[in-house]
Amino acid sequence: METLYKIKKGLDLNLEGEAPLTVKEAGLASEYAICPSDFTGVVPKLVVKEGDSVLAGSPLFVDKATERIAFVSPVSGKIKAIERGERRKILYIRIDADSTQAAKDFGSVDVNKVQKDEMLNLLLQSGLFAFFRQRPYDVVASPVDTPKAIFVSAFSKMPLAADFSFVAAGQENDFKLGIKALSKLAQVHVGVSPEQINTQILPLEGAKVSVFDGPNPAGNVGVHINHISPVNKGEVVWTMGAEAVIFIGRLVRTGKVDLTRIVAVGGSMAVEPSYVKTKIGAPLSSIIKTKEGNVRVVDGNPLVGKKACLKCFLSAYATEVCALPEGDDVNELFGWIMPRLNDFSTSHSYLSWLMGKNKKYNLDCRIKGGERHMIMSAEYERVFPMDIYPSYLIKAIITGDIDRQEALGMYEVAPEDFAVAEFIDSSKLELQRIVREGLDILRKENS
Amino acid sequence: MVKKYLDKIRPNFEEGGKLSAFRSVFDGMETFLLVPNATSRFGVSIHDAIDSKRIMSFVVIALIPALLFGMYNVGYQNAAAAGMLSETSFIEMFMYGFALMLPRIIVSYGVGLGIEFVAAQWKKEEIQEGYLVSGLIIPMICPINTPLWMMAIAVAFAVIIGKEIYGGTGMNIFNPALIARAFLFFAYPTSMSGDQVWVATEKFLGLGYDLASDAVTQATPLGVAAAASSISEVDFTGTITGLIPGSVGETSVIAIAIGAVILLWTRIASWRTMGSVFAGGILTALLFNAMGLEGNVAAQMPWYEHIAAGGFCFGAVFMATDPVTSARTENGKFIYGFLIGVVAVLVRVLNPGYPEGMMLAILLMNMFAPLIDYVFVQRNINKRLSRVKK
Repeated sequence: METLYKIKKGLDLNLEGEAPLTVKEAGLASEYAICPSDFTGVVPKLVVKEGDSVLAGSPLFVDKATERIAFVSPVSGKIKAIERGERRKILYIRIDADSTQAAKDFGSVDVNKVQKDEMLNLLLQSGLFAFFRQRPYDVVASPVDTPKAIFVSAFSKMPLAADFSFVAAGQENDFKLGIKALSKLAQVHVGVSPEQINTQILPLEGAKVSVFDGPNPAGNVGVHINHISPVNKGEVVWTMGAEAVIFIGRLVRTGKVDLTRIVAVGGSMAVEPSYVKTKIGAPLSSIIKTKEGNVRVVDGNPLVGKKACLKCFLSAYATEVCALPEGDDVNELFGWIMPRLNDFSTSHSYLSWLMGKNKKYNLDCRIKGGERHMIMSAEYERVFPMDIYPSYLIKAIITGDIDRQEALGMYEVAPEDFAVAEFIDSSKLELQRIVREGLDILRKENS
Repeated sequence: MVKKYLDKIRPNFEEGGKLSAFRSVFDGMETFLLVPNATSRFGVSIHDAIDSKRIMSFVVIALIPALLFGMYNVGYQNAAAAGMLSETSFIEMFMYGFALMLPRIIVSYGVGLGIEFVAAQWKKEEIQEGYLVSGLIIPMICPINTPLWMMAIAVAFAVIIGKEIYGGTGMNIFNPALIARAFLFFAYPTSMSGDQVWVATEKFLGLGYDLASDAVTQATPLGVAAAASSISEVDFTGTITGLIPGSVGETSVIAIAIGAVILLWTRIASWRTMGSVFAGGILTALLFNAMGLEGNVAAQMPWYEHIAAGGFCFGAVFMATDPVTSARTENGKFIYGFLIGVVAVLVRVLNPGYPEGMMLAILLMNMFAPLIDYVFVQRNINKRLSRVKK
């Protein structure tokens, strides 16, 4: 029987434009692009140059530190351009896709017999290792470390998030195969929601399954780690998105890398929200159509995703794409006293608490207030279901006090864990940016 | 339309414009009129509609019942002292109090916000709204006869020494309104306590009555108790309705209760803090009752009179709950509030020099709030450390 964890703190948001459970095919686009900076913490070293031909699964670049982690092409084709920005930082590696696709063959694997090192090398060469992230620091994992455990969250409670049970439908065997393959590397923990208990993704061989019941961010893998086996100083755990586990399942079954992913496309400014079958690196314009007007395209969900554009490409970890009203053309008079019925707030000084849980909101991207010092107390704590004092941790990051960050649990958090707190913050601090920068500094200091 | 006008005048206030020295004022006015429409660049794309302007506005709204009642009570006390209660209408009494209070509020906001604007301009930051609340509280917790110049000095002291030197709203250690009150209390004790400061004695704009200054000795109930007169002089009904002498905003328990409901409902004030202040005060009062100190009238006051009298309610509702200066951990708030209640009653009972202890209690606990938090945060830290050792 699975262990049940009840999560009380948090906040579920109901936004307009949730994707209905139908899948569309995006089809093969003419151009794909991989952005090395999606892979946080990795300094890329290119192994291709413009004009080279690649197969799906051929490495584009490796990490400079170990040169063992390959980052591979999602499609076969020709390297069209390597786009660089300031200080020659690589922005995109653009690939013109061939009309008939071919994939590199790594040879299928029998997960029952495979050894740990063999499995690890296969993941490194096939580029799927790049989908491991590690705590501390929330960066791409390093093959040098031995993780204490591998955590996979099979659901997300973020607004407009993809429903993994639906995404995995028909691919359950690949998911199970992937989990089994991961179990060769370390103890695997899978977190599921109560609704998933009776779905086809369970039972899982080789993993401990825990059920997390509660509001957003109950689906965050960081919350699962904190409840099951918190990260102590000197320990490393790896995490992987459930969709990436499917990639591993496909790899061991067929021997080929197939970065096809079903993403949820939604948001109030999206034309016909739905799920879309596409590949990592696909142009967002092939995935989402936006309504007329001032629209923001977000690569990811509205709380964690990056601000993007239709000319951008689907990033490596994104499981949804959404279109929201930008809102910089909206001018509201006297917001500090008006009822503002269409706006959502957790504060009872607005009326959204009267509207019931089923009302869907159409929120734009305005910050709706000026940045202040932290004024209200215990605000973040209300939506932060970990045994950590988030406001004290944030202060320790702002003041650059590394010892205190360590003492307050910095090794256990990732920016995404602060997303809900950042949403409700009345002082409008950019918590995810603060945490990201804090983790980067800490990592540098400790290396 | 407002937007167009603001866009038209904006260039004047930007760097190099004619009025660039007033950039912070323009910013303040613009965000007062329009919700800022800057959109997020990093992190979450959507935000909760709450911001600190909204929060502060709701505290001001919560203060209004006590303020309006206080205005009326100023007129009532003046008429009562003149013996003209039956001849004076409700409107006249209210207008008299209103006319006396308005200049105080204007001075308080003028001086305080003036300093805030300068500080914001200097630090190139946005105006912080915190003073909207302090600026209204200060005239409400001072006796009506406090001279305007005294109030101006106190406000300047509170904003500069009590807040800005720490870095502004959110960084201060002590409640700025109480700093102002404490400054007046210690710098000008004769104007702040005693029997002669609580009732307005002069005609103002043709309203009210002139009273011979030595004719008016109206003690507050706590003053009466501290002076060890008979306890029956403390008028309990008066402390509930508020028709008694006292600082402008603190007298009516009913008006303050309305404010408390607003603050608790909007969750701006913490019920933990507010509730435990009352718990602390009540328990201490009961304890003193049980000890039965002979001859100490304050010690024999029943708990409900302690709560209803003086600034206890006002302090518990509006000042102990200041999120910046109170304890910031949820458990710490229980201890913080409880000790405020305890210390307030302790000062009242055991220190014959000070009839009222709320101000000192809150200031004292402001100082200890970080220590209380330290204990709880350190427990979390120790738990993490012990996990490593295992």
